[in-house]
Amino acid sequence: MSALAFVIVAGIAVGSALGLVLRRNPIHGALFLVVNLGAVAALYLTLGAQFLAAAQVVVYAGAIMVLFVFAIMVLIPGKEETGPDPRRAWRLLALPVGGLLLVLLGVVVTTGLRGRPPGAAAARPPDGVEGIARLLFTDYLFPFELTSVLLLAAMVGVLVLARGRAS
Amino acid sequence: MTGTAPESWYLALSAALFSIGVVGVIVRRNPLVIFMSIELMLNAANLAFVAFGHRLGSAEGQAVVFFVMAVAAAEVAVGLAIIVAIFRLRRRLSVDDLSLMRW
Repeated sequence: MSALAFVIVAGIAVGSALGLVLRRNPIHGALFLVVNLGAVAALYLTLGAQFLAAAQVVVYAGAIMVLFVFAIMVLIPGKEETGPDPRRAWRLLALPVGGLLLVLLGVVVTTGLRGRPPGAAAARPPDGVEGIARLLFTDYLFPFELTSVLLLAAMVGVLVLARGRAS
Repeated sequence: MTGTAPESWYLALSAALFSIGVVGVIVRRNPLVIFMSIELMLNAANLAFVAFGHRLGSAEGQAVVFFVMAVAAAEVAVGLAIIVAIFRLRRRLSVDDLSLMRW
């Protein structure tokens, strides 16, 4: 049952990712990306990462995508990609490049996964929030605090950028 | 609980999503869509982190994903502000026009 659920959710994720890349309208792309992020959140749940699934929905599908949709609405783009493409030949190179990358990643993954890592079965992480919470507040406490500085710096930077030159 | 779907499937899905993101970055001309493709790639890397962490029986992968999410939030805010500023300057939104810093 779990394998079937994975196949369904993975299909949704790949389909919505393709929709993001192929649809011309950026709003459609943003909505496809929301679907994709939700599908990946569901996969986090099946991997026992409940906190990340919730954070994915709140931070990515909520906050970040609202920001994207807001920017799209403000800028009203969409007409930029309707005209003839002067660099069409170069852009079509993306398909072999992407296919090659996919093959390379597949080779890396299949060769790297050979054999079970030692001690993996013994050390099962506590499911859910406990494992990540324990790590974030012990080993990763300093980087955890640094993220607040990072977010503050980003906020100040955005304010400076958005104010423009009206001083 | 986790089941019958082995971690290698998750990694294959992650590779597929990452490749689609790369193709999107190369093919599209709208910087907003390029940005969303970058988010797609970040997300694929996050999925690989969680899958590897699950395989190794450790929650460290999840901790890394947490930091990636925080950095991605900051990055999106700054990036969108830059795109809006560029749009204010030249009223068009195509990466082909942005060749100021090209050698």
